[in-house]
Order: sequence, then structure tokens, then C-alpha cells
Amino acid sequence: MHNIDYEKQMGTENFHPSLVKGPVGVNMNSMGEADVFGPEAKISARNVNFYYGTKRALNNISISFSPRRVTAIIGPSGCGKSTFIRLINRMHELVPGTHFEGEILIDGLDILSPACDAAELRKRVGMVFQKPNPFPKSVFENVAYGPEVNGVTDRNLIEEKVVDSLKKAALWDEIKDRLKDSALGLSGGQQQRLCIARCLAVSPEVILFDEPCASLDPISTARIEELILKLKKDYTIVIVTHNMQQAARVSDQTAFFLMGDLIETGRTDRIFKAPRDKRTEDYITGRFG
Amino acid sequence: MNKKKERIIKYLFTMLAFASLAFLVGIVLVLFKEALPIFTKVSPKDFLLGQSWYPTAEPAEFGILPLILASLLVTLGALVICVPLGVGSALYLHELAGPRQRAVLKPVIEILASVPSIVYGFFGMAILAPMLQNSFNLPIGLCALTTSIILGVMATPTVASIAEDALSYVPRSFREASFAVGADRWQTLTKVIIPAAGSGISTAIILGMSRAIGETMTVLMVAGGSAVIPSSIFDPVRPMTAAIAAEMGEASVGSDHYNALFAIALILFLITFVFNIAAELISRRFRLKLGLSR
Repeated sequence: MHNIDYEKQMGTENFHPSLVKGPVGVNMNSMGEADVFGPEAKISARNVNFYYGTKRALNNISISFSPRRVTAIIGPSGCGKSTFIRLINRMHELVPGTHFEGEILIDGLDILSPACDAAELRKRVGMVFQKPNPFPKSVFENVAYGPEVNGVTDRNLIEEKVVDSLKKAALWDEIKDRLKDSALGLSGGQQQRLCIARCLAVSPEVILFDEPCASLDPISTARIEELILKLKKDYTIVIVTHNMQQAARVSDQTAFFLMGDLIETGRTDRIFKAPRDKRTEDYITGRFG
Repeated sequence: MNKKKERIIKYLFTMLAFASLAFLVGIVLVLFKEALPIFTKVSPKDFLLGQSWYPTAEPAEFGILPLILASLLVTLGALVICVPLGVGSALYLHELAGPRQRAVLKPVIEILASVPSIVYGFFGMAILAPMLQNSFNLPIGLCALTTSIILGVMATPTVASIAEDALSYVPRSFREASFAVGADRWQTLTKVIIPAAGSGISTAIILGMSRAIGETMTVLMVAGGSAVIPSSIFDPVRPMTAAIAAEMGEASVGSDHYNALFAIALILFLITFVFNIAAELISRRFRLKLGLSR
């Protein structure tokens, strides 16, 4: 009952009908190889270019992500992988002096169009950042923040959402007695799972992970990876990572970026066993990067 | 040889570093030494709470309550001016001003801080006081209100620049995290950035208060000088600093009056000392809160 009200309040389908593009076909990558996981792509980027000032950071990227699958984006530093996923929830707008060309469709709607509201989009497309960034507030307030800024005022509903999100983020058992403590007192791994809970609390459909384990130890990393595998049942996940083993462990589909170009994409097992592009092979065998 | 040189350099710098401490201790010692004799004549309670300040009358009366209240009144008045102005400018600079506006506004605010206090005093005396006198129909324009306004403007750059620093220390990642769950700019500012910078902003306000309560030249020029407990913001007042500055010249060294003025200075020192300690403690907590010292 509560949940239904909640979904209504969060307004998950606030996209303008005129933005709906035609049906999205199978996921074709730049090599013309079909890597079809589901009936339809959840996210499709079409001919995306991106510029910081006059410097071009992404060259004509076209790629699709399947629903309820994990896609890993790998590549050396500065290859544009973070830049690319930040476009998917329009975080690039926080950086002045940038512009883009092309379109990114989520369920057929162009989310880069000015007619699409960025705040509404970010409720549907959550993001977990490289460094855990909990607010200097209590554990509870951190998770409650999302529902609160989105206009949920019913305390019971918020509490329900907080507990539910902490459980989904596999953090509840560890900190259920510390909800009022400062989030900054948690360990790095716990902070990152708290950030995941904060993201889950607004009921997103897509979760973007921008090198979520970059600052974590191996045990915390393993727990985050386990969590990602669990979350993919309900969410479409895109993860940027430096760590190729991590990409191999968690993802169904892998995309390799190099200097702003999408070099190759396909099923993860195939990419790692039989890369088609020489550059992909050089990268995954550790010859550079 | 080289070792000896290194030692000498080390001692030299140690001495330089401890010089400020020596000055502080010296000042405090002198204040106490010159102030304490008055308390053999007047009890501390009568001194602090006495309502009449007639240091040159026969018999003299040394009650500084009117001076303390005058200082507090003008400082409070100054806060009413400098908090909205200072914090408002800081928020504007941080959140709304583009790089071009910042490039103009920040230096301008800093220049405001470098205007000599006598110039502020002069402005208050020659322009603001007659203006207020006419518009409020006051018997005299030199009063607590005029002083508050001038002190408020003087403290604004302190508040603005420290508050702006506090805002800029808030990590960008907080802002990103807030936007990423669908918050807008206003929500991010009021629910994340201002609370995170809150203690830094409090520090800015306390240091602005310190600036206002310790200011001398301006209050000497525009406060009106009457050592009577003020009944309204339109009364002329005599804050502590003004009393010391005006009377030190005529008090003979070693007299009761002389000692009493030192005692006022001591109390003023203690007040600003407490302000500064509070500011330091709060800003330390602020750094901890943002994880900057870890």
C-alpha cells in the first residue's frame, strides 16, 4: 500500500510522450556484432560526442545496455569512460564549459534533450562515485535524503524506505544499531554501501558505478562486487572500472574505451577470451594501460 | 661547521616562532599588573555591575556596566548588518556568481576590509550621522545606530571572506551526491552545503563580532560618547574601546582612573579571547566534520 503511494510520489514516469522514439532494436555494437541479452535495450547511446571546451573527449559513441544486466566499461585513465557514464544521468551539467552531440535513449526517451528534466532523470538513474561520499549527517539522514528532497514527507514511509534500502545494500545487519551515528564514522567499505543505499532509496531503474572500489581494500571490494551481482536482478547496472578482473567477475557485457573511442563491445566472456581488436587484446593482456 | 650553522638557524627560527607567544604573555602580564590595583578600591562586582562611570568626579565612581552594555549593543547592531550582508555575499559568490563576477567582487570585498577605520569613522560622522539625524528626527546623529551600521559594514568583509572559504571547503563530491539523487540546486545548497559549512560560517560570524567589539577609532568618532546605560538604539553611547581611547590621555599614570582603564582593557581582551577560542574550536570541529584533517 505504502509502496504504491511512494512510487506515485516519486513520479517514475514523468517523461514527455513526444520524446518517445521508435522501438529500439537489438543491441548492435560498432563491430556489427549482435550481443542480445534481453528483448530490448534499456539504454542506447547514439553517435555521442562530448567536448570539454574545445577538447573532444568522446568520439561518436554508440552502444546499448541491456536491462537487468551488468555492463563494465574498461579502459586506461583518460579514455572517456567516466565522462561517458556521467552523461547517462547528466552529471556533466555540473561542469561548466562542456557540450555534447548525439542522443542517449532510456526506454526510448532522449534523456539529453532539454525537455527531459535532469532531477527527474537522476531519480531513475542513480550514481555511486569513485570515493565514498556520504554527507556529514547521520546514517539514517543520508539514506532519507533522497526521498526527502523528492517531496516524501510521511516519516513512516521514509523510515520504511531507509530500512529497505539499507537491507538491499547489505548494510542493515552491521549498522542497524548505529542509524543515528555520523556516517563519517563508518569504514570506507561501509560508507560506499551506504552511498549505494542512498542511491537505492529513490527507487532508480539504472545504477551507474564510477569506479566504486577504487579506494577500497580487497575485502570491501569483494562485498561491493557481491552486492552488484545481487542488485542486477532488479536494476540495469553500468560500472566503470580500472580493474579488469573486476570487470570479468561482475559483468555480462564489456565495453572497451580508448582515447574517447569505443573500440569493442560484447559479451564479457567473449571479450576476455577472444578479443577481436588488437588494441583490446593488448589492453586486457596488460601490454599497456 | 655545517652542523653548527644548522643549529644556529634552528634556534633563530624557534625564537622567531615563539616571539608572538612572548608578546601575548607580555601583554597579558602588563594588563593584569596595571589592572589589578583598581580592585583593591572597587570590588570586581561593583566594577562590572556599577551603573555610573564618573572616573574624574570627587569621589570617583568606577562602574563600567554602561560601557559594557554599549559595546554589546553596538556589536549586536553590527551583527544584524554584517551577518546577512556577509553570509549573503559569500553565498552569492560561491553559488551564483560566474567567474567574471567573482573576479570583480572578491577583490572589492577585500578592499572594503583594507579601508582604514578612520575613513569609516569620518564617513559615519560627516555623512551617515546627519542623514540619520534628519530622517529619524534625533537630537544627535552620533549614536548606537550610526555606530552599528558603520561597524556592520566594517565587519562584512571579514564575515564574507571567511564564510566563502568555509563554503569552498565543502567537497564537490557532496554536491554531486546530492544532485545524483534528484535534488535541485536550492535543496543542495540549503540541505547539504550550508549545513556542512555551518560551523565554518559560525566561525566567520564570531570573528566578525570580534572585529566589531574591538574596533576603536570608528566608535570613538561616531558613538556619541555618553557613558550612560543606553535605553534605545538612538542613544549616544560610550563603548569600552572608546572610553579607553578617549580617557587614557588625561588619566595620570598610576592613578585609580589609569588602573580602571587597564581593567576595562583586560575585560575587553578576555571577551575577544573567548570569541577567538570559540571560533577556533568550532572551526576545528568543522574540519573534522568534513574529514579534512584525516
